[in-house]
Amino acid sequence: MTSFVRILAFAVCLLAPLSAAAQDADPLEQAVADFHGGSYSDTEAFLQALAATGDERALPIIDALENDQLYVRETDGVAFVAVEGEEDDTLVLSDPVTGEEIGTVPDDDFDDVRVNNRIRRAIAAARGALTLLSDDAGVRARAADSVFTSRDAAALDTVREAIAQEENDRVLKKLREAEAAILLDQGADEADTLAAIETVRGRGNRDALSMLTRVTANSDGAVLEAAQAAVEDIEERLALLGIVQNIWYGVSLGSVLLLAATGLAITFGVMGVINMAHGELVMLGAYTTFLVQQFFAATMPGAMDYALIVAAPAAFLVSGGMGVALERGIIRHLYGRPLETLLATWGVSLILQQLVRSIFGPSNVQVSTPTWMTGTWEVVPGLALTLGRISIVLFTIVVFIGLMAVIQRTSFGLRMRAVTQNRRMAGSVGIRSGWIDALTFGLGAGVAGLAGVAISQIDNVSPNLGQTYIIDSFLVVVFGGVGNLWGTLVGALSLGVANKFLEPFAGAVLAKILILIAVILFIQRRPRGLFALRGRAVEA
Amino acid sequence: MAQYRTSRILSDRASLIFVAIVAAMAVIVPILNLAIPQGSPGHVPTYIVTLMGKYLCYAMLAIAVDLIWGFCGILSLGHGAFFALGGYAMGMYLMRQIGTRGVYGNPVLPDFMVFLNYDHLPWYWLGSDSFLFTVFLIMAVPGLLAFVFGWLAFRSRVSGVYFSIITQALTYALLLAFFRNDMGFGGNNGLTDFKDILGFSVQAQGTRATLFFLSAAGVVGAFLLCRWLVGSKFGRVLVGIRDAESRTRFLGYRVEHYKLAVFTLSAVIAGIAGALYVPQVGIINPGEFSPANSIEIVIWVALGGRGTLWGAALGAVLVNFTKTYFTGAAPEYWTYILGAMFVLVTLFLPAGVAGALTGGGHPLRRGLGLFTSMGRRKQPEGGAVDPAEPEAAR
Repeated sequence: MTSFVRILAFAVCLLAPLSAAAQDADPLEQAVADFHGGSYSDTEAFLQALAATGDERALPIIDALENDQLYVRETDGVAFVAVEGEEDDTLVLSDPVTGEEIGTVPDDDFDDVRVNNRIRRAIAAARGALTLLSDDAGVRARAADSVFTSRDAAALDTVREAIAQEENDRVLKKLREAEAAILLDQGADEADTLAAIETVRGRGNRDALSMLTRVTANSDGAVLEAAQAAVEDIEERLALLGIVQNIWYGVSLGSVLLLAATGLAITFGVMGVINMAHGELVMLGAYTTFLVQQFFAATMPGAMDYALIVAAPAAFLVSGGMGVALERGIIRHLYGRPLETLLATWGVSLILQQLVRSIFGPSNVQVSTPTWMTGTWEVVPGLALTLGRISIVLFTIVVFIGLMAVIQRTSFGLRMRAVTQNRRMAGSVGIRSGWIDALTFGLGAGVAGLAGVAISQIDNVSPNLGQTYIIDSFLVVVFGGVGNLWGTLVGALSLGVANKFLEPFAGAVLAKILILIAVILFIQRRPRGLFALRGRAVEA
Repeated sequence: MAQYRTSRILSDRASLIFVAIVAAMAVIVPILNLAIPQGSPGHVPTYIVTLMGKYLCYAMLAIAVDLIWGFCGILSLGHGAFFALGGYAMGMYLMRQIGTRGVYGNPVLPDFMVFLNYDHLPWYWLGSDSFLFTVFLIMAVPGLLAFVFGWLAFRSRVSGVYFSIITQALTYALLLAFFRNDMGFGGNNGLTDFKDILGFSVQAQGTRATLFFLSAAGVVGAFLLCRWLVGSKFGRVLVGIRDAESRTRFLGYRVEHYKLAVFTLSAVIAGIAGALYVPQVGIINPGEFSPANSIEIVIWVALGGRGTLWGAALGAVLVNFTKTYFTGAAPEYWTYILGAMFVLVTLFLPAGVAGALTGGGHPLRRGLGLFTSMGRRKQPEGGAVDPAEPEAAR
């Protein structure tokens, strides 16, 4: 289309309300008027015609087609958008182009334009082509990606037009890749193909790999060589990214383990008490998150995104309070008898589980994810990290540093360390060790609550949630060693990463079994864990 | 304590009464079931016989746990694993007895293997059609696992809560492993649909009564064996280890050998209990490996009275009877009751029902010091206190 014609078309559009004849010249109206239903091929041609108009008003028509709301009148083949009326067997018609409602009619005379998978692909392609020219850069980028996958030749002209006017570098790159994909698919001369291979190679992900692999299958000479080199390049890159990805998954699993295990390490380290109800304190944190979200949804739906920020301190208080109650009510009567404590806290865990089950029901409750935690961050092409995981890793870092600060820099931390190292001596210098015990236990339990907030974002929130994490948390603590949070950190991260590296080879279950066996064997070598306390206090 | 001798296994009245009751039940219950016709008063229905047989298997398991926990201070949170392994060994034999009566009618392969497209038996199923070999497996598999695991753990002096946690990890690993179909043990369905045992139908009244008799005999046998053991010189050393592990070591005893021996024996007893359990309940599945099950066993022992053997057996029966009652009458309360049991027994009944019944006269209990006042007995210093360390020393 020359610029002269475009100016003319623009002028015609301006005049449109004045002239009935001018309306006939609108390419969109023309495309709609030319469509009379028929075979799938006709529908496909119609979609291509719509895409060729480059007119955003075509999008609702495509939506209607996809949702089975596009109908053709049997008598004269005129197309309408229609939804089912309130009465049976009636349709509410509206004009496909203007969207104006025309009226309610019986549905006898109308045929639904049917959609199959081929049409669905055409719909995606047409939508991609149409949105390529949108004003929103994000929409254009998505459209370019969708053209890249559909490789619809009909979109080529639109893509080129978009490339000509694109100013955003990121979108421009995607558009060029889309163009290259179409060229590779439909075939072009050698120079163009080679250039296209280079462009697609730059994308460097799985889509690009499969596309180039197809090229190697039906090409020869320089193109074949270039494509093979590109395939090898991408494969190498993907293998590397795979390792990075695995480490990342491991770190993210490890940080969840760390959150869950830190509280346990504190209570175990200070009191020699294995708190079997620890998992349930995590669960209480997750349910607190749920309740806070419910409260936000009921009172201020607009602020839902900030519910988590309120939920974290709330969960800390709920689980921490439960921890203090547990310590004052039960555990303090059992000091010096760690095995009995283990049994009593197991009883508490059963009661808490059943309590939550009675109140909230046995099935999962829905905890929503705030919008700022959804989506991904593409670090480099082919390596996308979800924002949810990133948030959890960051959250873990913040909690861990905060905890370290409390233990190392506050007077409460000082007292706590004193009691851990020498209870009698601490008592002699006036530290109320009973209260320190309760507060320490509360701190550990509160951290468990924070873990619950994080876990509610990645796992099902059900009464059994605690059981899922408790054994892993124990292993982390036992592996890392008692009395040293760094041990817990190293323990959690190494178990997490090891798990994720074993999974691809061994499968999730076997990987877990191998880890369990490895930890059991490790304990033989170092019965007190990786970072064991030394000295007389340990020997009891 | 020195006056306690091998020749006086049944010297204390409680043990004598316990053995007498179980032995009497072993004879009377089958007679009431078989000889007295259905409908007349005094008849014991077969389902009751089976239920009681199940309780007796649990009692035997509890005795096994009490042997190591009550007398040697080893708290195993994975004893359900040995019970389940014994059960699986028996289950394999029972599966092979089904023969061509299975859904697929395969004379060699159990149904689940046909379903999973096995074309031959895995090697570890070889010999499972022989009852004698199965009896060997029932004792050898749990015993061997306990021996290897215990050898590794005790040699490097893993004790106290650390030991408890890794036994829990062990049973958890086995749970996950047995859930896998590739293990060749029927995946999460386990082994079930049994028909015959030694040519007798497992459903038949006579078989049920015989199994009950065998379970009762198992309880008496296990009790007498353990009672004899803890009364012997060997048992004195065990108690020494329980109350002061380091001192016993310094006196020249090889603590890890004693622990290993008693742990292995306990696992074998648990395996036999599992083997008697499976034909009576008619199924064995990976759920038996769940860590929660193993912890429950410990509460039977704690409730009944740790360190008395008969108290452990009594606890197993009491808890399971309550469980049967409540899971029928008010299932949602059962978990509360079980949870409360854990809390209240450890807080207020540290000597268990047995302690309450005998009034604390048992000589073995003195060393535990459980009858000193309940209140605070805070540890003198340090966080991680070894539970096997002397209470008396504090």
